[in-house]
Formats: sequence, structure tokens, C-alpha cells
Amino acid sequence: MTGYTYTVFIILIPLVMFLVTGLLGMKWRPIVSGLLGTIGMGTSWALSLMTAGSYFFGGAHHAEGFQSIIPFELTWLRFTETLIIKMGILLDPISVMMLVVITTISFMVHLYSLGYMHGEKGFQRFYAFLSLFTFSMLGLVIATNIFQMYIFWELVGVSSFLLIGFYYQKPSAVSASKKAFIVTRFADLGFLIGILILSFVTGTFDFAKLTEPGTAIFGSAASMSFMGISAMTWAMTLIFIGGAGKSAMFPLHIWLPDAMEGPTPVSALIHAATMVVAGVFLVARMFPVIHFQAPAAQEIIGYVGGFTSLFAAVIAITQYDIKRVLAFSTLSQLGYMMLALGVSGYGGEEGLGYMASMFHLFTHAMFKALLFLGAGSIIHAVHSNYMYDMGGLRKYLPITHITFLIACLTIAGVPFLSGFFSKDEILVAALHHNKILFAVEFIVAGLTAFYMFRLYFSVFWGKDRHYHHTPHESPLVMTIPLMFLAVASIFAGYIPFHHLVTSDKIGFATEMNYMVAVPSVLIGLFGIAMAWILYKKESDVPAKLAKSWGILYTATYNKFYWDEIYLFVTRKIIFNYISRPIAWFDRHIIDGFMVGIGLVTEKVSYQIKGMQSGQLQHYAFMFVAGTLALALSMIYFLM
Amino acid sequence: MIQGIPLEHFLIVSTIMFFLGVCGFIIRRNLITMLMAIELILNSVNINFVVFNRYLYPDQLQGQFFSLFIVGIAAAEASVAIALIINIYRKLQNIDVENVNELKF
Repeated sequence: MTGYTYTVFIILIPLVMFLVTGLLGMKWRPIVSGLLGTIGMGTSWALSLMTAGSYFFGGAHHAEGFQSIIPFELTWLRFTETLIIKMGILLDPISVMMLVVITTISFMVHLYSLGYMHGEKGFQRFYAFLSLFTFSMLGLVIATNIFQMYIFWELVGVSSFLLIGFYYQKPSAVSASKKAFIVTRFADLGFLIGILILSFVTGTFDFAKLTEPGTAIFGSAASMSFMGISAMTWAMTLIFIGGAGKSAMFPLHIWLPDAMEGPTPVSALIHAATMVVAGVFLVARMFPVIHFQAPAAQEIIGYVGGFTSLFAAVIAITQYDIKRVLAFSTLSQLGYMMLALGVSGYGGEEGLGYMASMFHLFTHAMFKALLFLGAGSIIHAVHSNYMYDMGGLRKYLPITHITFLIACLTIAGVPFLSGFFSKDEILVAALHHNKILFAVEFIVAGLTAFYMFRLYFSVFWGKDRHYHHTPHESPLVMTIPLMFLAVASIFAGYIPFHHLVTSDKIGFATEMNYMVAVPSVLIGLFGIAMAWILYKKESDVPAKLAKSWGILYTATYNKFYWDEIYLFVTRKIIFNYISRPIAWFDRHIIDGFMVGIGLVTEKVSYQIKGMQSGQLQHYAFMFVAGTLALALSMIYFLM
Repeated sequence: MIQGIPLEHFLIVSTIMFFLGVCGFIIRRNLITMLMAIELILNSVNINFVVFNRYLYPDQLQGQFFSLFIVGIAAAEASVAIALIINIYRKLQNIDVENVNELKF
């Protein structure tokens, strides 16, 4: 059980780095902060790999699967005998896997940013925030109880807000950061209410007690219901809303595309690989509870995931900003993961969806971080985010080109790359449980291949643009992370996830289902071929195609007007019919009452100040008159 | 000495003195006259003290001693007041109370 105490340092190092670089960074040369952060992150990474190595392969393969280990836990707040909030570290397959994912990507991003952010104003601040983010994300995944998770969940939200608004002099970045914060905060309200219901019903925050199979703590839950829906369904749905906000599930997806205003490494770290999967992680963490206590909520999760993946994939086809294409692609892939959890069963083969979701989370983190870092490299070279400013870049950016191609092939599900394996597992799981969702995902697989290669061909092939100065390959410090992640994207698929990360922590055997694999590869290749035909050579065919779709194309290009709908609802309805009357009430009734008191006092005193004449005899007269009046009234009333 | 004179007579006298004093204080403009009016008020109270002492508790002396105190304090008060009045006279060349009205809003 013991022997994992050093995991404390995985999370403490980023915290210390945040404090050190945040407080002292401005006193040093910028590069010192960068190097300190990177070295600290490297140490965390090494420790995480060590943890994963000894946890997964350390020999302790019991027949009953992997054990949950709590190497460290302290009581943080003791309100009453039953209401105790603890802080601790929980090691089980998914948290160890997340440790590896987070520290790997974070280290790569730290390294990459040394080159990408070089010479930027606020370099130290950037590194301090990166460390803060990594600290909070690590704290989130190793949480031993749902309340600790909630605390770090909010910290993650704050650091995301800070990093999206890193260029705080750019109005669009500021509004994007506010949007991200408000939307996720709004969703977190649901999460908090869900936690409260859950802990009210079960009397505990601990994951260990909540997710224990066959536990009796839900005994009292069956009798509770609200509006005909059981308390647990409410709790799990509300918790899922929190997860949906963080993971940008429809209809709370609107913040993620805008979050691309942040620096590109931030998009890679937070909005592709780690923070946005927090929602998926949350659902996976609560999976036994959701599956056994709230099957209706699980249905919702599956359909929301499926719809989001289709919706985002369609929008991704029409976008021109490469980071936005990637953002919508992230949405789509997150939808995949949610869907896999939604269709999963519990235990053994039934838990294929759960395993596939975690598997895809892992591989997606690698290739999506690679795509974003590659996009950063392109933007670094071209100084534009827009595809129509790019073309023929393969000659100038050879390393970026190759690694980007690998990532595109991976996400498109080309055989023997990691994305193929994980996506295939998801499709198999969907096929077993829900044919409609399987069909949706099947189409999305084709769309994914198409929009990724549309991006790839228009950036690296197509016509040569006139660049102001010849684009040049990024420095080594930026290309090393690209190469590392490319290798990871290729080989991550060979990690035997079905033995390591499963719903009941017991491994099971799985085999390739060719009935699913072959068609999914074919539709992927079909998507690639379509992109090849349309975008390999510069032509006006795509424009004509776009025109032939008419209003549908315009709607898709404008993301189906969801931003406008939200604006309409908030500005026109909520502001006009709720906020304005409340503001009016506050300003006129509440404030008016207070102001009125002051005003009356002032007016009255103005009127009666003439009574203070300075004439001694007036005072004496008033005094005597008053005394007499009092005396007479006392005689009158009391006698 | 006071055998046969009922209590009410003393009280009537003292009440008349008191209200004469109050009226004098309010009506007269001359500060010295006002001071005299205050002395009237004080002495009306003195009469009350002595009379009540004599009629209600003939074997005790608190009321009489109290009136002696009041006489003493009235003397001190009169000296302070006259000092003030002299200063006012030096400043304003008269002792009309209506001219002493600097202290107001």
C-alpha cells in the first residue's frame, strides 16, 4: 500500500514553481522562469512515469484487478462528525493514466513554449500560469473525494481563464476569457448542486465509498424523487452538466472555439489535451454510480456526446481559422469519449465503452496536442491563423509537415496508428449498445478524416502564397516536442489498455472486430480521398460546392448561430425581462429607500435649522415650553 | 414662627417666585436683570426645600442643608456670570442679550 508517498511531489512541484515564478519571476531574466518551470515539470513527468510504471507493471497483478491506493490523505476541514473535507491522493488506473497524460503534455508544452513564447511580454507570467494550471489539473485527477475535485475543478477554470486572457490588451481575448469562465462557471453550478444532492443522499464525499461495487449507501436514495425523477438521476445529470461545461458538450460548447484566442501552447495543453477531458474524467470517475444508480443520466450522456461529435464535425468542415478547425475537432472527439461512456456497461467485456473512452482520451491527448503544437509552429512561421493565407508550406516546414501529417492520419483512424485502435473500440462499443449512435459515429469518422485533410492539404499543399518573408522551420526546442508527440501518437495504440484501465479494474481480452474496423477505415480513407480531390490543388471547386449548399453552408459557417442564440437569450430575454427589472428594483426601491432617508433628513434639518438662532432667550423659551408641554401631557395622560 | 400658616401658602409664594423668575429670564434683555431672575428661581426652590423639610420631616435637616448649598453655589454662579457679563461688556460695549448671538448654525 505504501511506497507511493513520493506522488505528493508530482503535484507539489508545479505549485512551488507557480509560487516561485509568480512571485519572483519579474526579478529575473525571463528565460530563468521558463527553464525553472520546464525543469520542475520534467521532474513531475519523470515521477509520474515512475508511478505509472510501478502501478501498472509493478508486479502487483491481482486476480481482482488493480487496487485503489491512497498514499496520502489529510483532513482539511472538519465541520461536524459527518461533514469532513479531506485532501488526498487517490491512485487507481484512471488517475495514474491521467497523471501521465497531464505531465507529458504539460512538459511538452513547457518545452515548446520556450521557443514559441520567446520574447513575448509576460513570459514569466505565462510560465507561472502554466504551472498553476498543471497543479490544479493534477489535483483534480488525484482527488480522493468529490469535494476536493470540485475545488481543483474551479482552480482549473480560473487558470484557464487567466491563460485564455493572456493577451489581456486584445479585446477579443478578454471577451473570450470571460465567456469561457462564465459558461463553465454556469455549468459548475450544476456540478455543485449535484454534489450536494449526492452527498445528502449518501452522506459521503469519498470516491472510494461511492464507487465501491454493490455498496449500500444508496439505500435511501430510491425513495427520494423530485418531479418524478429519482434523486440519483438528478444528482448525476447535474454533475454531468458540470462535466459538459468543462468538456464543452453541446449546448455549452460555445466557449471552446473562442478560447483559441489564448496562446497556441495553451490551446494545446488546456483546450485539447487536459482540461477539456476533465468532464470525461469526471463521468468516468463517477461511472459505477451513474451506471447503476442513474441509467437515465447515462443515456443522456451518450446522446449528448453523439450529437456534439456530429455537430462539431460538421462545423469544422467550414471553418477557415486553423485553430478553430482544431477546436471543433476537439469538441467532436470529446463527444466520442462521452458517447463511449454513455454506451458502456460495467465489468469485463461489457465495460468496453469505458475502456475505449479512456483509451481514446489518452491517444487523443497525444495527437491533438501534436496538432495544436504543429498549428502553433505554422502560425509562428506564417503569422496568420487563416488557411487562405497558407499553402505550399511543406517545403518550408519539413518537420512540422511530417509530424502534422502523422497527427492527421492518426485522428483520421488510419490503421496501425493510435487513433485507429481507440476509435475502433468506441465504434465497437457503440455498435453493441446503440445502433443509432453507432451510425452517427461512423459518419463522424468520415467527416473527421475529411476536415483534417482539408486542413492539411490547404496548409501544406495547394498554391504557394506570397509570404512577406520566407517561412522558416521553428527552432529545435519547438520541434522536439512535435517529434516526441508524433512518436507517441504512432505507438500509443499499442498500450494494452484493456488490461490496464477498465471499468472494474480487471483486465479483459479484446480482439479486433473486422466488421467494424474495415468499414471505419474505408470511410476514413474516403474522407481523405475527398479532401485530396478538393484541396490538393488550388481550385474553385470547394467554393462552388459551398455555394451549392447555399443557406446550409452559411449556417454551418456561422456555427449554426449558437453564439447568436445565446446572445439573443441573454441580451434580449434575460437582460430585458429579468436583469433590468431587478436592476430597476435595486436602483429605485432599495437604493431609493436609503437615498430617501438621507434626503428627508437633509430637507427637514434645512427647514428647522432656523430654530438655532443664537438667541439665548429663544432657547430658554423653547426649553420652558417643552418642559411645560411634557409636564402637562404627563398630567393629562397619566392622571 | 410658621405655626398656623398652611403648606400651600408657601408653595404658592414659591411658585409665583419661580414663574416670575422664568418670565424675567425670557423677557428681560439686560443680562444683569436676567441674572437676578435666575436668583429668583433658585430662591423659590430654596423655599420649597426648607418648607417641605419642615412640614414632612421636622426631625431631619437635609432640606435645610440643601438650601444652604444652593445659596453657596448661587453665589459662585453669580460671580462667574458677572465676570462673563463684564467681558461681554468690554467686547460689545453693552450687555443686551440680543447682541450675544454669534453661536449659531
